[in-house]
Amino acid sequence: MSDTTGKTMTQDSPEAGLWGLAAQFDSTAGIYAAATKTREAGYEWFDCHVPFPVHGLDKAMGVKHTILPVLVFFAGLTGLCVAIFLQVFTNSLQVNLWALVEVVGYQFDVSGKPLISTPAFVPVAFELTVLFSAVSCVGLMLFLNKLPCLYHPILKSPKMKRITDDRFVLVIESKDPKFTRATAEKFMQSLNPERIVELEH
Amino acid sequence: MMTLDSSKDGLRIGSLGTTGMAIGGIIGLGGIAATIGLDGMGGSAIFWKSYLLGFMAAVAICLGALFFVMLQHITKAGWSVTVRRPAEAIAGNLQWLWILFLPILVLVWTGKGAVLFEWCDTSYMHADHVLEGKMGYLNATFWSIRAIVYLAVWALLARFYRSQSLAQDRDGDYRRTLRMQWWAPIGIILYGFTQTFASIDWIMALQPKWFSTMFGVYWFTVSCTGFFASIIILIVLLRALGHGKDAFTREHIHDLGKLLFAFGVVFWAYIGYSQYMLIWYANIPIETEWFAPRQLGNWTFVSWLLILGHFALPFLLLLSRWPKRWPGMLMLIALWMLAMFVVDVYWLIMPMVPEAALATATSWEQLQSGVADGTIDIGWHPSILNLTAVIGSIGLVVCGTFFALGRASIAPTNDPRLAEAMAHELF
Repeated sequence: MSDTTGKTMTQDSPEAGLWGLAAQFDSTAGIYAAATKTREAGYEWFDCHVPFPVHGLDKAMGVKHTILPVLVFFAGLTGLCVAIFLQVFTNSLQVNLWALVEVVGYQFDVSGKPLISTPAFVPVAFELTVLFSAVSCVGLMLFLNKLPCLYHPILKSPKMKRITDDRFVLVIESKDPKFTRATAEKFMQSLNPERIVELEH
Repeated sequence: MMTLDSSKDGLRIGSLGTTGMAIGGIIGLGGIAATIGLDGMGGSAIFWKSYLLGFMAAVAICLGALFFVMLQHITKAGWSVTVRRPAEAIAGNLQWLWILFLPILVLVWTGKGAVLFEWCDTSYMHADHVLEGKMGYLNATFWSIRAIVYLAVWALLARFYRSQSLAQDRDGDYRRTLRMQWWAPIGIILYGFTQTFASIDWIMALQPKWFSTMFGVYWFTVSCTGFFASIIILIVLLRALGHGKDAFTREHIHDLGKLLFAFGVVFWAYIGYSQYMLIWYANIPIETEWFAPRQLGNWTFVSWLLILGHFALPFLLLLSRWPKRWPGMLMLIALWMLAMFVVDVYWLIMPMVPEAALATATSWEQLQSGVADGTIDIGWHPSILNLTAVIGSIGLVVCGTFFALGRASIAPTNDPRLAEAMAHELF
């Protein structure tokens, strides 16, 4: 607790440069309990940084289930519709645009089958459904996670390096409506962390 | 914390085993007896086809279970340790299911096989050049040897996995797990060959001229549908009756729901469609003749029922997370899938190719009108025998399964990966 930064802070120091407060723990049990208490204390803008997945931590933090599957479903549905439209359009289209331009599809007769042959359309429909789902799944996952993230305040502090090794860190961001420098630190002290570090923007 | 005690935790089903056995046994024997009785001591073509239908449905469910058990060992799966035991119990039925095959074997051996399998009639086979070429494979001797090999392999594999697993309950020897893992790749290769050729011999050969290289895979998806639907019903039922609530968690049920979705819905449709598309595209009479009756008359309705009820509807129902995590809902879907599984086996076995009509017809419309006025027989003869045979065979499987479940703990208690299975959690 010797380098708890609160000691060096003066009461009138500006909170403007402060991005958040980090509490460091040396065990999964510590971070798990801390995440539970932080959620129960009503903080919303907080996150946990851990060197490996901690089972149950997202539940302790109260992380909501993602909306990604619903979005991917509609992306897949779009792929299906695009595939069917594309094939019907290119295979059998025959329209006159204002009687001036004649647009004709590639009306190939394949072994005497009708131009709109549903069985033949299935592979493309399947593949495009998968393609739209997969690409949108990855893309939307990155978007919803706000990735790629080229800069993160937690990486700026040299004291936070051990989160990639053997330490577990809980950060409460200063933009949380309940956040004030004093109350957040007092709350963090109650979590019994190894130390508390303040993070700059 | 993460252990199971077979004396507590409701892992001994006690009288439920006897009750299940009695109910299954009465339905099973009653169903088989009714099938024979209603036909007047059996012997008609419809009787034998119904009997084959029931036998194949029962075998499919148990084969799916055998595959599941070996799959868990081949992948050294930790999550599935607890649900493996009920699967072992279902697969264990393969130890006696060969008895149900004996009548068919006797039928072929006594020279009356042509009532079920046209290839048993050698004059019919000699009359056609294509069929004559197949006589080296489709003859009573070789066919019987193969059947005995399949049934023996299944019985031995099912016995090995069940007895090793039960022995581990008693002595806790981890080397049993290693032994089961060592045999799993060999077993699964044997399983792959036997179930493929069994489907060829017992279903595809009903129409000896026809062939499809995808048929074995299709049969595999059929048996997976039957098994995953059955085990979901069984486990939800056991939990509802207060057994194994700690052993079979919502996470396991969720995973089994995923497997039903993957194998029974998506993979089934994928293989079924692939088989259809290749034949449809090439449009060669010897291949398309099998699909012709299935697109004529009332079989059209059954085909559409399979596309919509075996694929489209369960696809949408099982796609989301919540129905798979809601045991009651999943059980309803599994019951529906089990019904669809039976319809699928029915659709595979019952239709008959109207060869003479196909050879002479000059248009599809001519076939349709012929089917409509009853001059062309496409095998649409729904009978009470179909139902009694299926219910009877599945009843016997239920009887055997509850017998097996009653004799031991319904989840392994000394498996080295038990703790992993009980801590299993999905995100």
